[in-house]
Amino acid sequence: MAFGGTAPAHAQDKVEILNVSYDPTRELYRDYNELFAKWWESQGHGTVTMQQSHGGSGGQARAVIDGLDAQVVTLALSADIDAIAQKTGKIPADWQSKLPHNASPYTSTIVFLVRKGNPKGIHDWGDLVKDGVQVVTPNPKTSGGARWNFLAAWAWAEAQPGGTEETAKAFVHDLYTHVPVLDSGARGSTTTFTQRGVGDVLLAWENEAYLAIIELGADKFEIVVPSVSMLAEPPVALVEGNIHSPGQKAVAEAYLEHLYSPEAQAIAWKHYYRAWHTSAADPKDVARFPDINRVSISHFGGWAEAQPRFFGDGGVFDQIYSGN
Amino acid sequence: MSDVVLAQSTPVTTEPRLTRHILIGAVLVLIMVLLFAPLIAVFAEALAKGWMASVGSLASPDARSAIRLTLTVAAIAVPLNAVFGVAAAWAITKFDFRGKAFLITLIDLPFSVSPVVAGLCLVLLCGANSSLGAWLIAHDVKIVFAFPGIVLATMFVTFPFVARELIPVMVEQGRAEEEAALTLGASGWRAFFTVTLPNVRWALLYGVLLCNARAMGEFGAVAVISGKIRGETTTMPIMIEMLYNEYLSVAAFSLAAVLAFLALVTLTLKSLLEWRHADLLAATRRH
Repeated sequence: MAFGGTAPAHAQDKVEILNVSYDPTRELYRDYNELFAKWWESQGHGTVTMQQSHGGSGGQARAVIDGLDAQVVTLALSADIDAIAQKTGKIPADWQSKLPHNASPYTSTIVFLVRKGNPKGIHDWGDLVKDGVQVVTPNPKTSGGARWNFLAAWAWAEAQPGGTEETAKAFVHDLYTHVPVLDSGARGSTTTFTQRGVGDVLLAWENEAYLAIIELGADKFEIVVPSVSMLAEPPVALVEGNIHSPGQKAVAEAYLEHLYSPEAQAIAWKHYYRAWHTSAADPKDVARFPDINRVSISHFGGWAEAQPRFFGDGGVFDQIYSGN
Repeated sequence: MSDVVLAQSTPVTTEPRLTRHILIGAVLVLIMVLLFAPLIAVFAEALAKGWMASVGSLASPDARSAIRLTLTVAAIAVPLNAVFGVAAAWAITKFDFRGKAFLITLIDLPFSVSPVVAGLCLVLLCGANSSLGAWLIAHDVKIVFAFPGIVLATMFVTFPFVARELIPVMVEQGRAEEEAALTLGASGWRAFFTVTLPNVRWALLYGVLLCNARAMGEFGAVAVISGKIRGETTTMPIMIEMLYNEYLSVAAFSLAAVLAFLALVTLTLKSLLEWRHADLLAATRRH
C-alpha cells in the first residue's frame, strides 16, 4: 500500500451477497433488500446486489453445509445456524452473541389458521386431537417452523394440570396421528392447507398465517390464538468462511446490523413479525398482534439441548412418528 | 414404431365397428381429461388477470433470467447428449466387446434412478464435504449450486433419450452397409458420415427432440443442486414452483404456459417430421 488510502469499498465497486433464508421471509427480504440497497448507496458506497434463496430452514442449512455460497444466513432457529457452525467452521461458535437480542432482529410465534367460521371448533391445542380433526404442519426434520410447532404443542401439554414429560409425549404422539401430510417447508404446508384444501387447521408462523389471509381472502380463513405458544426467535448470522473480499464483508455486516434499524424494523412489523423497535413502525402494524403467553426456547434448555433431544436421530420426534 | 405402422392403415382387428368406436371414444375422453384439461387450465390461470398482467410478469427480471437459463442449459446439454448418444449407440451396435450388456444397463440407469437421487449424488460427489468438492473450492471452480451443476444434472437425467432411440434402429440395420463401405476403401469416419449417420438421421432427430423436451422440464435433480438462488440458478420449473409458493399465481402460470408452449413446439416439430417423412422413417426403421 505504497500510496496509502485503503478505502474499504470504492464507490464504483459492485458487490453481491447471497442471503440464504427460510420459507416465510420471502416478502420481508424482498422489501428489506430494496431498503438496504438504497441506504447503502446513500451512505456513499457502491451499488450492491442482494441475492435470495428460500426453502425449509433445515434444508437451507444443509445446502450451505454442502457448499451453497451464502454470505449471510437468516434462518428459522439457532439450531440450524449451529449446525453450519459445527459442520463447516465457517461461522464462529459464539455467533449468537454478535448481534443484539440473540441475533434475532424480529420474533414471531405459532398460531392456528382455520377455515372461516372455525367449523371444527378449534380454540386451543387440546382441540387438535379431537376425532375427525386433520392438522397440517411441515416436517420437523427439514422445517424450522415445524420444530417451533412441535415444541409449542409440548409446552402446552406440559403446562396442563398433572402435565409431565410423559403426558406431553403422549399428546404430541396423538397430535401427529392427526397429520395427513408432512411438507418439507412452512410455505409448502400453507399451500397444502389453503390452495389444495387439505386439513382443518394449519399450525403456522404468525406472519405466515396473516399473509395467507391477506393473499387468499379474509372470507376463507381465520386465525385462532392458542393459550400457550412459543417465543420464536429466527436468528441471523454472517458466514465468515464464505466472505471473499473486504468489500463483501463490509456489505454483509452492514446488511445484518441494519436489520435492527427503525426503518427495517418497521418493515418487519409490516410483514407481521413481532420486531423490537416501534419508533418508525405504523402503530396499526404493532397494535394488531394479540397478547400471547410465549414460552422461550430456554425453557427447553436452548436449541443446543432441544435439537438433539427432540429432533435428532432417534429423538422424541422419531420415537413418536415411527409409532404412527 | 407402432404409430408409423398404424399409419399404413390395414385393419388388423376383426372387432365390430361399435366396439372400435367405443374404445376409441374412451381413449379420446381419457386424453382430454388427463392431458388437455390441465394444459388448458394452465393457460386459463395465466390469463386470469388479462394479457397485460401475464405478459408483464414474463418481463420481470426473474422470469426472463429463468427462461434464459433453461434455454442455455438445454442448448448445452442436448447437443452433448446427442454426441454421446450417437457414440454410445454406435459402439454398442457396430462392435462386439466384453461388458456390452453392462454398458447398455448403464445407459438406462438415469431412467431408473429418481432425479432427486441423481441430484443428491452430484451434491455428495462435488459438494463442499467431498474431497473432490474441497479440491474444486480450492481452485475456485463452482459446480454445485451453480450453472455447471444444473447442466450436469440435466445431462444425467436426459442421457438415455438419444441412445435409446438409436440403438434399436441401428440393430435392425445391421453392419452390412458399413462393411461394404469399408471394403470399398472408405475410412471409418467416412463410413460413419456417409452411411451410418444418414441411415439414422430421423431417429436421431426424434431422440434429440425428446431429450430437449425433458431437459427443459427437468425439476427434481435440478431442484436439489440449484440452491434456488433467485434469478441466478432458478430454471423455469424451479421458478414456477417458487412463484406459486409466493402466491403469485399469474406469474407462476404464465411461466408455466411458456414452458408448456416450448414443449408443444417440440411436439409439433416431431409430428411434422413424422408427417413429412413418414415414408423415409418407415423405410429406415424397417430396413
